[in-house]
Amino acid sequence: MTDKNALELKDLSVAYRVGRRNRAVLRNVNLTIKAGEAYGLVGESGCGKSTVALSVVRYLPRNGSITGGSIALDGKDVMKLDAEALRRARADSVSMVYQDPGKALNPSLRIGRQLTEIFELAGITGQAAEDKALAMLNRVRISDPASVMQRYPHQLSGGMQQRVAIAMALANDPSMLILDEPTTGLDATVEAEVLDLIGQLRRELSASILFISHNLAVVANMCDRVGVLYAGMLVEEGSTRDVFNDPRHPYTVALLRCLPRGGQRKDQGRLDTIPGFLPGIGANIVGCAFADRCALATERCRAEPPPLYELGDGRLSRCHYHDNAQSLPRATPAEIAAAQPKQTPPVLQVEGLNKTYASHGRPLRAVKDVSVSLKPGETLGLVGESGSGKTTFARLLLGLVAPDDGGSIELEGKKLAPRLASRSEDQVKAVQIVFQNPDSALNRSHSIRHILSRALKRLGGLTGKTLDTRLEELVRSVRLTDRHLAVKPRQLSGGLKQRVAIARAFAGDPRIVVCDEPTSALDVSVQAAILNLLADLQSKQDVSYIFISHDLGVVRYLSDKIAVLYLGRIMEFGPSEAVFSGPHHPYTEALLSAVPKLDRTENSRIRLDGEIPSAANPPTGCVFHTRCPRKIGAICETQEPDLTEAQPGHTIRCHIPYAELARLQKPKAVEPA
Amino acid sequence: MVFLGGQVLPGNVGRAILGPFADQRAVDALNHSLGVDRPLLVQYGSWIWNFLHGDMGTSYVFRAPVAPFVIDALGNSMKLALVAFVLVVPIGIVGGVMAALNFNRPLDRIISLGGLSVTVLPEFVTGIILILIFGVWLRWLPIAAAWPKGAGVFTQLYYLILPSLPLFLVLFGYIARMARSGMIEALDSDYTRTAVLKGLPWRTVIWRHVLRNALLPTITVIATQTGYLIGGLVVIETLFRYQGIGSLIFTAARGKDFPMLEAGILTIGIVYAVATLIADFLYSVLNPRIRLGAEQ
Ligand SMILES: Nc1ncnc2c1ncn2[C@@H]1O[C@H](COP(=O)(O)OP(=O)(O)OP(=O)(O)O)[C@@H](O)[C@H]1O
Ligand code: SF4
Ligand code: SF4
Ligand SMILES: [Mg+2]
Repeated sequence: MTDKNALELKDLSVAYRVGRRNRAVLRNVNLTIKAGEAYGLVGESGCGKSTVALSVVRYLPRNGSITGGSIALDGKDVMKLDAEALRRARADSVSMVYQDPGKALNPSLRIGRQLTEIFELAGITGQAAEDKALAMLNRVRISDPASVMQRYPHQLSGGMQQRVAIAMALANDPSMLILDEPTTGLDATVEAEVLDLIGQLRRELSASILFISHNLAVVANMCDRVGVLYAGMLVEEGSTRDVFNDPRHPYTVALLRCLPRGGQRKDQGRLDTIPGFLPGIGANIVGCAFADRCALATERCRAEPPPLYELGDGRLSRCHYHDNAQSLPRATPAEIAAAQPKQTPPVLQVEGLNKTYASHGRPLRAVKDVSVSLKPGETLGLVGESGSGKTTFARLLLGLVAPDDGGSIELEGKKLAPRLASRSEDQVKAVQIVFQNPDSALNRSHSIRHILSRALKRLGGLTGKTLDTRLEELVRSVRLTDRHLAVKPRQLSGGLKQRVAIARAFAGDPRIVVCDEPTSALDVSVQAAILNLLADLQSKQDVSYIFISHDLGVVRYLSDKIAVLYLGRIMEFGPSEAVFSGPHHPYTEALLSAVPKLDRTENSRIRLDGEIPSAANPPTGCVFHTRCPRKIGAICETQEPDLTEAQPGHTIRCHIPYAELARLQKPKAVEPA
Repeated sequence: MVFLGGQVLPGNVGRAILGPFADQRAVDALNHSLGVDRPLLVQYGSWIWNFLHGDMGTSYVFRAPVAPFVIDALGNSMKLALVAFVLVVPIGIVGGVMAALNFNRPLDRIISLGGLSVTVLPEFVTGIILILIFGVWLRWLPIAAAWPKGAGVFTQLYYLILPSLPLFLVLFGYIARMARSGMIEALDSDYTRTAVLKGLPWRTVIWRHVLRNALLPTITVIATQTGYLIGGLVVIETLFRYQGIGSLIFTAARGKDFPMLEAGILTIGIVYAVATLIADFLYSVLNPRIRLGAEQ
């Protein structure tokens, strides 16, 4: 087994047939994964990562075909297998887990059934299969496996669904496990748990792993070696450490620069971006595929396709100037006119806000006693696991749900009516939102011009000539062009659509824009551009943001203040720098340590055990005590701590005194990514 | 709606019944005795009230209670609809499933195109063609659907085959198309991919994973087609001279027998509503997401 490669792709080429023409998606990909190795494949959306995975399991879409090369699994050529042999290979040696676990499980079969059928294939039936299924669920450390067996997929949380999917993939003890974006779309803590799980299982099972992700940090934490895919070509390969610390291809360099790293903040400069777009599928590529977006490109690059240069130590780079890759000039100037902190009265003042839902006859306190204040031009970052009340808080601000009696929301010193319908026109204009998924916010059947004009009419009260001039300004401010105005949303990429959504939110000159995971569905390069855009708009217009994201690096980049929420309560609130650099609340500490980091410096990740408790039935005392790694004793279980001021403007809800927290957290002063 | 239509449309009820040459006073008297000269709302209220109590009103033409006519006709129509339904549902579903499994291959083309073309042909065209072929030319089946009095079940069935065929053809296209698109969606889904990549045999994938999810939407469509089915009956029953609710409505409309017309159409409405309810119920029984409610 040791010298056999788990997976070997030789000159693999794949094409999709679109409009009666075969369009190349993968171009001569060579890739080898040794037995027991974890290999990461990264690259922008659309570069062909999933296509690689689907080719290996021979499950390309109907219009896809392998146009050349070979794929060997465990030394066997999968392209030569007949239907029955292919089925056996899938049953015995290769498994795959993909992005959306909610869709990957059959909605109308119980979890138990979906697991036992795998063992039935191996001839294990009845009670024996049930037992094995149960053991498998135990193995993926799901809580209460016996009851999970009886449930349907929609009765499980996203993290549990993905655990089930992983259990199914591992049930046949495969030699090759393919993970295609297995944690994309999950919460940071859930993501960390799932990654932990995969890491542990890997040690137990000795399966080789092909790990596909656009999240570089996740790959950095998981994989031994990494390959960077661009336009269906492998452009760089090497050990994870080498590639991420010493990239030799301008594309890799650029990708890494898009991420806010090492606690970078908006006032320290813009993020770098990658100009232009990935060549479309089937594009005719002469010379280097990256040349149009590469600031180092020369005549030679455009004429002569670079080979995969061997750099020693198993490193490869498809660039003529691989030695100079890191001298790639910035695509976006770094300097930014950061908004100057002003001694102005707050634009938003929230006092004692509560929201109680009724759930099965019990009160569910989705938001409990929340008070925050925010100045013009500031960003308030909201962090916390799903179910912590972030979105409910945003909806309260927007007036989409009415809070319980008692609390108050003040906008520029004036009380905001609880319901949207009873707010004045100006107040409605003043609070806007940008969603994660721009599709849900943009009417598909209207042109961009129509969408934005309508917003300007409705929110800005503009007509005729003034509307046209303002429309032009608005479009320019989000860096779209006239060309984009004529098209419909579906003709735009995700990043462009999000720009339209942002433009629409800014049509009425808002004072506060709620950004609910605005970049979570986007590539790092696009994310960087959107974050830059938000920072620019803020410094120009003095607008305030309520920024929700599970990517803490992103939150840190954009936020001036942070509120950490758990079960609807604020556990910590303060200036962004103070909250991130600590000393911080034990929950914040755990959240931060769960973030995958590009440079693997620390190993002391704090694990949060178990699922977040139900808000309908919160733990007594400190609501975090069931999972708190720093719990000090009975007082945590009986008495809810107050939100006490640790330092001016920085409050923490914990029985441990601030000085003690500082002492406890001192040794690991590692900067989070 | 029908009620309003009947009242507001040109045509004085009394005039319609007595004919254009009757004395105006006779018309007025008749209108009064029928109650149609009362204000609209009063008429409507009392009509609904009576209908709910099983009194569907009195036919203007037959001068007899409407109810027995409607109930009789409904029974006959149900028989016809049932025969068409029992034939078309399984055959349509199987056709659609087969088409999807042979996506873009000849069988798929035949079923899809065939289904589409018989669907777009109106019932009276297919009806006449079928009568000509089976009734006139081959003489296999009776042309008129009126079976002899006291005929047994099988004789009745024999008489019902030809009238149910046009309905079958129209519905076949719809059902097959729905089943086909449901299947294609399910076949393209992630959970089917999961099932295939588990290494399950193809048969198991189809039977256990694809079919159930694929046919859920089809069931809803079948129920909405019940409404159509009954609408289609007007043409079919008239064509085959069959004493069902469709021909009842048709005759009533021609004779401006509004109570009969209204009762007939309201009955159809009720049948339609009941069918939709049944479909919703079936859908929720088959779909655990609805059956178990949104607990999470
Ligand atoms: N069935 C298909 N027909 C035509 N084009 C397709 C098809 N499936 C994918 N593509 C295109 O092929 C290219 C590669 O797709 P692929 O899904 O492999 O990319 P990816 O790297 O996995 O992207 P992502 O990060 O978004 O998952 C993309 O441009 C995509 O739009
Ligand atoms: S070969 Fe030229 S264009 Fe391509 S990445 Fe290297 S420097 Fe840039
Ligand atoms: S009060 Fe106790 S349980 Fe709560 S966070 Fe502090 S130490 Fe942990
Ligand atoms: Mg993909």
